[in-house]
Amino acid sequence: MSIKVFVALAVALAVALATAVSPYASSSPDGLEKVAADRAFLDKGELHSLQEDSPIPDYAFPGVENERVATGLAGFAGTLGVFAIATGFAWLLRRGRGGRAWRSATTPSS
Amino acid sequence: MSHLPIALHIPDGFLSNGVAAAAVVLAVAAVGYALTVAGRQLGEERVPLLGVLAAFIFAVQMLNFPIAAGTSGHLLGATLAAVLLGPWLACLVMSVVLAAQAFLFADGGVTALGANVLNMGVLGALLAGLIVGGALRVLPRNRSVYLGVVGTTAWLAVMAGAAATSVELAISGTVPLASVLPAMLGVHSLIGIGEAVITVAAVSAVMASRPDLLAFAPPDEPELGHSVPQGA
Repeated sequence: MSIKVFVALAVALAVALATAVSPYASSSPDGLEKVAADRAFLDKGELHSLQEDSPIPDYAFPGVENERVATGLAGFAGTLGVFAIATGFAWLLRRGRGGRAWRSATTPSS
Repeated sequence: MSHLPIALHIPDGFLSNGVAAAAVVLAVAAVGYALTVAGRQLGEERVPLLGVLAAFIFAVQMLNFPIAAGTSGHLLGATLAAVLLGPWLACLVMSVVLAAQAFLFADGGVTALGANVLNMGVLGALLAGLIVGGALRVLPRNRSVYLGVVGTTAWLAVMAGAAATSVELAISGTVPLASVLPAMLGVHSLIGIGEAVITVAAVSAVMASRPDLLAFAPPDEPELGHSVPQGA
């Protein structure tokens, strides 16, 4: 399997899971949240002011009333967004190295 | 507030400023080092792989599975990332996912981001690197051992993250350690099983399609011949 096919299949699987399965994921409190509730410190949690303008707060796509649809859209947009961000980040990291290699290759050695 | 899907994602307000700041220092040190070795480790093929892994971990983190009485858990993914990319690139993948969750989805705090990167990323990734790398050196090389090591490590990484979170909460004065540690380890011993199952399934899928993409080389498949006995 070529790397392109592998990447395409993996991204498709991730997008499918986030879009179609996440709306049916358990909505029970998870590990830390459950412990925080049991041990009475859940109320200490607060939203940072930077998070008040989060594009997709709480994995619910804004402006969509149906909860499952809002979650599915958040998963769709989020997975593609994270793929783009992480790939861009990795590309920049590699380019940075390439840049250094290029500079050292073209700088007269001392 | 009642619906924060936090899992091990610590929101702001749980940690004292001192603990949050100390965690930021440690996380920045680890990520900084990871950035310096990334150049060497990030081959051409790993660029899209890093993106895919971040997307996959983000997606599967949304899939909360029920574990016990009104509690759920989800994949953390550090072991999966470490087995595919090695521990340092895994730290970077986890940091990208956790930062995106904090800033785009209000999942996990902003001042607590250092602690979250430490607990769910750095700690798990480095632990996975050490354990998987070490175990594969001494154990017989076959498929079941390989996947068994990966699964056990995934479980341990979740437990380590839960323990670290408990210690941070206790030092912060949020909750006594004797109260929070057993509770966190108890619930995460179950979540860790889910982590192990998903991690083994994902690694198996990669083994079946592109085993060369795994940073920790899996044993040669018997049908491919030449199982060179060079484990020692």
